[in-house]
Amino acid sequence: MTLTAPATDKTGTVPAAPPAPRKRATRLNTTHAGARTLISTVDLQRHRVRYFVVLGLTIAVFALVFLFPLYWMVTGAVKTPREFALNPPTFVPHSWHPENYATAWGNMRIAKYFTNTVLYALGGWLFSLIVDIGVAYALSKLRPVFGKIVLGAMLASLMLPATALLVPAYLTVTDVPIFGWNLLNTPWALWLPAAANAFNVYVLKRFFDQIPNDLLDAAAIDGAGRFRVLTSVVLPLSRPVLGVVSIFIIVALWKDFLWPLLVMPDPEKQTISVALARLANTSQVPPTDFMAGLVIASVPMIVIFLIFQRSIIGGLSAGSMKG
Amino acid sequence: MAVLTAAPARESRTARLRRRINDNLMAYAFMAAGIACFAFFSWYPLVKGVILSFQQDNFVIPPYWVGLENYRTLFDDPLFWTAWKNTLYFTVLALVFGYVLPFFLAVLLNEFRHFSGFFRVLVYLPVMLPPIVSVLLWRYFYDPGNGLFNTVLHGVGLPGSQWTQSSRTAMISLVLVSTWANLGGATLMYLAALQGIPGDLYEAAELDGAGIWQRLRHVTFPQMRFIMLVLLLLQIIATMQVFIEPFALTGTSSPDTITVMVLIYRYAFTVNNDFGLAAAMSVLLFVVLGAFSALYLRLTRSGD
Repeated sequence: MTLTAPATDKTGTVPAAPPAPRKRATRLNTTHAGARTLISTVDLQRHRVRYFVVLGLTIAVFALVFLFPLYWMVTGAVKTPREFALNPPTFVPHSWHPENYATAWGNMRIAKYFTNTVLYALGGWLFSLIVDIGVAYALSKLRPVFGKIVLGAMLASLMLPATALLVPAYLTVTDVPIFGWNLLNTPWALWLPAAANAFNVYVLKRFFDQIPNDLLDAAAIDGAGRFRVLTSVVLPLSRPVLGVVSIFIIVALWKDFLWPLLVMPDPEKQTISVALARLANTSQVPPTDFMAGLVIASVPMIVIFLIFQRSIIGGLSAGSMKG
Repeated sequence: MAVLTAAPARESRTARLRRRINDNLMAYAFMAAGIACFAFFSWYPLVKGVILSFQQDNFVIPPYWVGLENYRTLFDDPLFWTAWKNTLYFTVLALVFGYVLPFFLAVLLNEFRHFSGFFRVLVYLPVMLPPIVSVLLWRYFYDPGNGLFNTVLHGVGLPGSQWTQSSRTAMISLVLVSTWANLGGATLMYLAALQGIPGDLYEAAELDGAGIWQRLRHVTFPQMRFIMLVLLLLQIIATMQVFIEPFALTGTSSPDTITVMVLIYRYAFTVNNDFGLAAAMSVLLFVVLGAFSALYLRLTRSGD
C-alpha cells in the first residue's frame, strides 16, 4: 500500500466521505424551486383560480381520506360505548372520556403488549444492527476469500418471499438444528430471523464501500485494530446510513404481524399487533377501549414518522431510483 | 511507489501469508453471527421447505417420505384452486386501484407549488400504521349495521352494502383497505421519479405545440416506464402474499376470500398441523413469486 496517500487525501476526503445515497438526491432536494413539470409555472399562474380550486379540493380529499380515519380512531376512543354505537354517529364526541385510554392501557393489558413490542423492537434493532454491520464491514473492508459468494448467497435470499419460508422457518424456530433450541415464545424467535436481512447488509456495505481505504489504513498505522477501525472510523462516518437502516429495522419489527403471530403463541409474550387481533375477536372488550388500543399501537410509528419523515421519505425516493 | 511496495513485499512470504490468514479469520469472525442467522433462518429453511413438501410431517409422528402425495392432495383440494383464484382476483383488483391510482396521484401532486410536504406526509401516514390497526379500524367502517360507510351511503340516499360479509363485495372490501394502507409508498416513489424528468423535455414538447395530455403521453409516460415496471413487479409480489386483510376481516375459513397465504396458514397452523401440505403450497407460491422477484432484481441491479 502507498503510505503517502492518506496524508494528502485526509483533509480532502473526510468531509465528503459520506455522500448522500446518490447524485440524484441533490436534484430531489430542489423539488419545485423553479423545476419545470408537466404544466409550466407560467400556465399555472395564468389559470390561478383553477389551480387553487384543484389544490383546495385535493387538500380536502386528502384530509378526508387519510386524516379522517385517524381522527375517527382517536376520538372514537374517548366516547362512551353507547355513543360509539349511535347511528348516525357523532363526529365530535358529546362527552369526553380520555380515561378510556387508561382503561385500555391497564384492563386490556395493552401496557404489557406495548412493552413487549418495545422490547422486541429495540432488542431486534440492536441485534440486527450489530450482526449486519459485522457482515457489511467484513465484506466491504476486509475482503475475505469467498466474500463474493457469501454476499451473493445473502442477496439471493432477497428473492425468497418471506411468506414462502414461513412453514420451514417456523419448524426451524421450534427446533434449531445443531443446537436443538426451541425458541418459541422467546424474543430470539423474532431477533435471529430479523438479523438475516440482506437488504440491510447490502445498504450498509454499499455505504462502507464509499469510505476511502486510505482512511482505514491511516488508522491502522496509528495502531488501531480491525475492531477499533470499525468503531472509531467507519461507524462515525456512517451515521446517516445507520439512521436510515435503524428506522427500517424498528418499523419493520413493530409492524410485523404474521411471524410474531406464529412464534409467540403465549398471550403473555405477544406483540401489540397480535394481541389486538386476538382481542378483536373477543366480546368482553368495549369498542371504545379497543379503539384506544389501536391508537396506542400506532402512536410510536406516527411519532417516528413525524420525527424522521425526511429520512423515511428520502430513503423511499432514493430506493426507487435506478441503480 | 515501486520502491515503497517492493520493500514490504520482500519482508517475507510467510509473514504475508500469515497476515492474509489472519485477515480472513478476522473477517469471518465479524461475519460469523450474520452467516449463522442467514444459514439457520434463510438458507436452511429454503432447503427444508422443499424437502418438507415431499414429506408427511405433523408434529405427532416423525416425518416420513411420501413422494408427490402432498402435491396430489393439493391439486385434489377444491380450496387450493379457490385460493389461487382469489389471490389472482385480489392481485388484479389491487392493481386496478393500487397501481394506477398512485401514478395519477403523483402526477397531480407534482404540479402543486404549495403544501407539497403536507401531501407527502398525509399520503404516507397510513403506510406507517401497523397493518393490523388499519384493517381492524376499517372493520368498524365496514360494519353493515352502523358502520361509517353505510351511514354515509344512506346519508346521501344510496343503498348500503354488506361489505366484507357478502361474497360479492368481500374481496373488493379487502382491496380497498389494502390500497388505503399501501398506496403512499408507490405514490412517493412515483413522485421522486417524476422529479427526475428533465424540465427541458416538457419545454420542448410545449414549444412543439403539445397539450397537457400529449405531454403526459409522450414525455411523462416514456420517462416513467422503468419505475412503473419496477413498481408493477413489487406490487404483484406484495399482493400475492396477502394475509392480514382476509385473516382479520373475513377469517381464515371464508371461501370467498381464502388466499394462498391463508390456506398455507390453515394447513399448517389450524387443526391438523399438516406441515408437508403447507410446505408444498409454499413451494408453488415460491416458484410463482420467485419468477417475479428474479425479474425485479435483474431490472434494478442492471444499473450498477
